Amino acid sequence: MSTLELKKEKKVMTGNHAVAYAVKLSKAQIISAYPITPQTSIVEKLSEFIEKGEMNARIIKVESEHSALAAVYGAAIAGARAFTATSSHGLLYMHEWVHWFSRARIPAVMAVVSRTIGPPWNIWPDHSDFMDQRDSGWIMSYAMDNQEVFDLVIQAFKVSEDPSVYLPAMVGLEGFILGGTSMPVEIPEENSVLDFLGERRQPYSVADEIISVGNLTSPEETEQIQMGIQNAMGRAREVIKKVDEEFGRVFGRSYGGLASCYKCGDAKYVVVTMGAWSGDALGAIDLLRDNGIDAGLLRIRYVRPFPIEEVREALSNARLGIVFDRSLSFGGFGQLYSDIASSIIGSGTKKNLVNVISGLGGVNISSDDFVQAIKSIIESYESEGYVHPFLWYHQGEVMKYQHIKT
Amino acid sequence: MSSATDGKGILVVPACCTSVVVGTAPKTSMRMPIVHVPFASAAAVASGLREALLVRGLEDKQVIVWAGDGGTADIGMASLSGAAEKNADIIYIMYDNEAYMNTGIQRSSSTPRGAWTTTTPIMGKTEPKKDVSRIMISHDVPYVATASIAYPHDFYNKLQTSLKIRGFRFIQLHSPCPVGWRFDDSLTVDVARMAVETGMWILYEYKNGVIEISNPSRYLIQQNKFKPIEEYIKIQGRFASVDENTLKGLYEYRNRNIEFLNKLAK
Amino acid sequence: MVITMKLVKTEDKLPISYPSEGAAGKTGTWRLERPIVNNEMCTRCYLCEIYCPGNVITVDKEGAHIDYNYCKGCGICVKVCPKNAIKMEPEEE
Repeated sequence: MSTLELKKEKKVMTGNHAVAYAVKLSKAQIISAYPITPQTSIVEKLSEFIEKGEMNARIIKVESEHSALAAVYGAAIAGARAFTATSSHGLLYMHEWVHWFSRARIPAVMAVVSRTIGPPWNIWPDHSDFMDQRDSGWIMSYAMDNQEVFDLVIQAFKVSEDPSVYLPAMVGLEGFILGGTSMPVEIPEENSVLDFLGERRQPYSVADEIISVGNLTSPEETEQIQMGIQNAMGRAREVIKKVDEEFGRVFGRSYGGLASCYKCGDAKYVVVTMGAWSGDALGAIDLLRDNGIDAGLLRIRYVRPFPIEEVREALSNARLGIVFDRSLSFGGFGQLYSDIASSIIGSGTKKNLVNVISGLGGVNISSDDFVQAIKSIIESYESEGYVHPFLWYHQGEVMKYQHIKT
Repeated sequence: MSSATDGKGILVVPACCTSVVVGTAPKTSMRMPIVHVPFASAAAVASGLREALLVRGLEDKQVIVWAGDGGTADIGMASLSGAAEKNADIIYIMYDNEAYMNTGIQRSSSTPRGAWTTTTPIMGKTEPKKDVSRIMISHDVPYVATASIAYPHDFYNKLQTSLKIRGFRFIQLHSPCPVGWRFDDSLTVDVARMAVETGMWILYEYKNGVIEISNPSRYLIQQNKFKPIEEYIKIQGRFASVDENTLKGLYEYRNRNIEFLNKLAK
Repeated sequence: MVITMKLVKTEDKLPISYPSEGAAGKTGTWRLERPIVNNEMCTRCYLCEIYCPGNVITVDKEGAHIDYNYCKGCGICVKVCPKNAIKMEPEEE
């Protein structure tokens, strides 16, 4: 089916409802979730679809997030397309299961509606909950707007169930900023998504084979299982690109795979972001260009597998990379910065990189904030030939982190 | 288990002694599908598995949880209660050896009062045994039963009964552990039988909202023929430090339990 | 439209196992004492087969047979035999 033949409908909806529509159209058969603000309207919408008879799925209303992902695992390991959604403390509570799931190599999809971790209680989003899952072996993507939320959830099923991947996939979106904010989302006709996804594939099933899953094994075999996950992540890079292209052919939207570039080609200064504030960063790039500053934006769409090649390519001609992280590994750096620094080592180029930590706890960062921070960093870099590697941008001010020697 | 379910069972096993007993990959000693899962989540995994079988049209398969007392009475209690409250269509078998045996005999909430464990090393446990079956009855599930490895026919019949019922089914199987209870391996069945004969373990079924005391225990209750609890505790090293006061507590616990069951039994 | 599931293998190492005899090794080597059945005394009551925790005893019309490859020598069969037809004997080194 080509894009032209496809019937589509544009609806104004929240990011959470975009998730629910994508799950409905992906024909998920089992949904299991526990309510947590700001994720709740996903499951409420799915419950409504099911009770109205618009969706042929069963929903398990469990007593905790730990059980939510456990029930999704039970369903997936028996051959069902399964889905859950959570946020923040709920995600941390199910963290044991996040790891168990990927090591079992069973496909499934989870939406993470980001919200900062407490204390203090705070319902606003940063990336701390999502980034805490970074080492868990899941395919991890993060959306910029509600249309991308919808598209990523569908693609997550496709990537996760690809036999060269077979890893669970999580799709991140910021609570309230996307989750609770309405935007137009194009919804394709009911069966086009199932045609795109095809039948569910998985490597084994306890409902169809006499096997034992997860029993004791040797250190050597355990190491091989973990090496297998890393290899699957490597193959997933190609699968994600392929799925993104194929999605573009069918539904008319492609994003460039693991990362997406805006005016990176001739940029002297490449700004790196992930998530909803990338929209504000895009605005900032235009404003900077209007002021004669050759800036570009590299938007990270997938944290795992990390876009190593894309990062190298985007930064190859730049004088300075400015990485904005909306979460950090306390005592180290922002997680994106660490991965970008690791990616460019070995590429043969010496790059200056600066890490800017901002927007923690849901602090709002506008296009003007981005312009102000980026301008200030570039000015100090060009005048001193050096920039402190770790900066805070807080309430309109760029500040050095004092505990790293310059 | 495989024969009882006629080859249609799928077993879910949280961390427990069975995680080790079935052998190491790439082999397993059980001729039925087994899903090993993290400690706290067996009932939740089983619920999801069952729902998947239903959407896939494979409803003739039975999902059975096989879990120890730690994975049931302690860390697994929330997911167990969640699955029971939703009347998940699974059978949950708690094999109760009254302590964390796999990790080295630490106390669980299912350890009886007075029992030595490696975390109650001098005084023995000071609190009474948590009664999980009674908690399950409070969920008003279709079937709850207690069983003992000393009465295999009774256990087999209860398993068969449970297989014919739909909804949440719970069986608590009293299973002495020679290493943890400090007695010779060969006495395993005798110790389990003595628990029933002294009334420290009562066999019963809860079905259609009614408790029915099972034959071995019913006779003892009707005739008031229980053996003294001393006969049960003297054959196990774990009760070596039980003093008069603790013994009194054990008698009270037993008598209250019999009184409670008698009130509800038909 | 209902989705279907297809098993498609991967070459990656997976945490799955297949049923096989002796998955936990030849556990009979753990045995210190060996149960010996006197089948002339055996009444074929099946109690030893039912109670054996290792599932290694089979009773047929000839009597009770023990699979010494996997019998760990716990002695439960000796205790449950109503005819005292099973005796424990020390294992020879």
